[in-house]
Amino acid sequence: MENFITLTIDGVKVEVPAGTTVLEAAKKAGINIPTLCYLKDVNAIGACRMCVVNAGGRGLQAACVLPATDGMNVKTNTPEIRAYRKTLLELVLSNHDKKCLTCPRSTNCELQQLCRDLGVENGDAFAGTQNVYEIDDASPSIVRDNNKCILCRRCVATCDKVQNVGVIGAVNRGFVTSIESPWNLKLNDMACINCGQCITACPVGALYEKDSTKKVWDLINDETKHVVVQPAPAVRAALGEEFGYPMGTSVTGKMVAALRRMGFDKVFDTDFAADLTIMEEGTELVKRVTEGGVLPMITSCSPGWIKFCETYYPEFIPNLSSCKSPHEMLGAVTKSYYAEKAGIDAKDIKVVSVMPCTAKKFEAGREELAATGYPDVDEVITTRELAHMIKEAGIDFNMLPDEDFDDLLGESTGAGVIFGATGGVMEAALRTAYNLITGDELDNVDFDAVRGTEGIKEATVKVGDLDVSVAVAHGTGNASKLLDMIKSGEKKYTFIEVMGCPGGCVTGGGQPIVSAQTKLTCDPKVERAKALYGEDAGKAKRKSHENEQVKKLYAEYLGTPNSHKAHELLHTHYVKREKYSK
Amino acid sequence: MPDMKEKYDQLQQVIEELKDQPGALMPVLQKAQGIFGCVPMDVQKIIAEGLGVTLSEVYGVATFYAQFTLEPAGKYIISVCMGTACYVKGSQKVLDKLSEELNVPVGKTSADGLFTLNATRCLGACGLAPVMTVNEEVYGRLTPDDIPGIIAKYRELG
Repeated sequence: MENFITLTIDGVKVEVPAGTTVLEAAKKAGINIPTLCYLKDVNAIGACRMCVVNAGGRGLQAACVLPATDGMNVKTNTPEIRAYRKTLLELVLSNHDKKCLTCPRSTNCELQQLCRDLGVENGDAFAGTQNVYEIDDASPSIVRDNNKCILCRRCVATCDKVQNVGVIGAVNRGFVTSIESPWNLKLNDMACINCGQCITACPVGALYEKDSTKKVWDLINDETKHVVVQPAPAVRAALGEEFGYPMGTSVTGKMVAALRRMGFDKVFDTDFAADLTIMEEGTELVKRVTEGGVLPMITSCSPGWIKFCETYYPEFIPNLSSCKSPHEMLGAVTKSYYAEKAGIDAKDIKVVSVMPCTAKKFEAGREELAATGYPDVDEVITTRELAHMIKEAGIDFNMLPDEDFDDLLGESTGAGVIFGATGGVMEAALRTAYNLITGDELDNVDFDAVRGTEGIKEATVKVGDLDVSVAVAHGTGNASKLLDMIKSGEKKYTFIEVMGCPGGCVTGGGQPIVSAQTKLTCDPKVERAKALYGEDAGKAKRKSHENEQVKKLYAEYLGTPNSHKAHELLHTHYVKREKYSK
Repeated sequence: MPDMKEKYDQLQQVIEELKDQPGALMPVLQKAQGIFGCVPMDVQKIIAEGLGVTLSEVYGVATFYAQFTLEPAGKYIISVCMGTACYVKGSQKVLDKLSEELNVPVGKTSADGLFTLNATRCLGACGLAPVMTVNEEVYGRLTPDDIPGIIAKYRELG
């Protein structure tokens, strides 16, 4: 039996399990306590003092780290506390670059919201010296602007504790404290994996993606270029949030319509390439199992994970599937198969990927990903950048009709759609591997054991006579734990799915940003995954090998999965990277 | 003076001794500061790898505490007291004169590696204000005019 306690918060009696913090208990009682440095499951350090309450103790206490106790009587919103919080905000503003009008986080900034909610009237109440920092925009993925930083350390905790990367930290002391890489090195000179989880953790505009929207507009407006766009599975599960739809709403049809109206010449689907990936990766897995290749085989769709593996666990490089990630596959196929079919020179085709991911910006620049002699993918924009472009273009998203992807590289099955959620690639692969190994079709395609948000998921799946032992990890911190268990011999698997971001692509570093207050009661990992599993369940075809356009691509162009031509276009290799480049 | 190889061996030994105790980073950094006279980047990388913590964490601690320095300090560490008594008695002028005479900004080490110039909080010798120390030696009731002579003495010692 769980031990419950009862406390009173602002006169409201509330019963909570022992171990609950006052902040969480208040939320249950319908009371919002403002927060700034707190981020559920990531950062609870009581540093910013925004969540202070009067619990009868000596002075005011930070609710995010204050355990609720039986019979406790808490006041969260006395005149004294309100004045205290207001002064805190004024002090934060005294060393904050207040150029809100041009800030990428304007209207979606937790500091701005608090100032409005708590009625801060004077942003210069404590005007004085301000620290001035150079903006670090050397990374292809992430921009750091310390002039906006409020030193909450949510990014630091995310990078270090969640992702086990730790390339930023608090440097120096007192007024000159800043969040930096050691020796003021640029993020790009550190072993940053470009995942962008720091961006989604940041309450303000101190971290954001490197903008590619201007380059994409230039491509669209270049009459000599044939511009093809492809959105990843997870984009459709979150784009709606930028236009007022509830979290977990799938907006596939409207997204396609918007892309077409923006002026792209063709709207293909990364989901198509997800099905294609399964054909290649499933075949590779069967080959490794039957011909004695390196096992466990580990998926290679997530560029953050790939860079993490190359840098921190290079001994596992032989375990990585040689498959390119789906959008790179689609780029390669667009510039070869589609180019031939449409009679367009590959040099005149430009491929733009819309991704839930900032690491894809780095991946697109990898020199080896250029099967036709031209980059497979030319530009990558995040879901957030796409939303921005739609607004910029004056498209009334909510009024758009539902439209379909263009033929040839636009069809997808339910298996392709679920790539965007943790466990999705594994489930999609199992649906097809079953067919590849047994020659039979699965009746029940749902593999519940690999769904859900648990950090590491394991299952043993019966495929014909074979017992296939599989594992799924999401977030590179969880991947580390899994790889360490394999290294020590504690665990043994045949096939592993790793996604660089916690939750998989649905909560990637390029997705719409959800405030810490919302995350207190709602988990975007769960809600957005629902949109994808719902779309999967509604599809007539739910196995990658049933995709008619994929079948046609093999019949007309590639031959069979893992053929010589397929290898040339759809597979790649990896490099060992140094942890300290300087 | 032990050569560099010996110093790195000493560092490895310290890491081996302390790595299993909780909060080993502080004592290891202290020992490293003692061995090398500072904790430069390569030393911090060895500590990070040896203790299984990130370089960011090591660097964060090394820059938080004033007792650690990232660059080698000079043979003679000059500390000018900026406590209230010394300050009102003109220690700023003494500090400015030192900076000019040594051609080095406060907090840095002279090009010849001889002198590191620091401004410090109260040294507790207010009766002698304004005060400075050169390593263990204390100089009181200073005027800027005293500085060239004092510096010349140490330059002669080399």
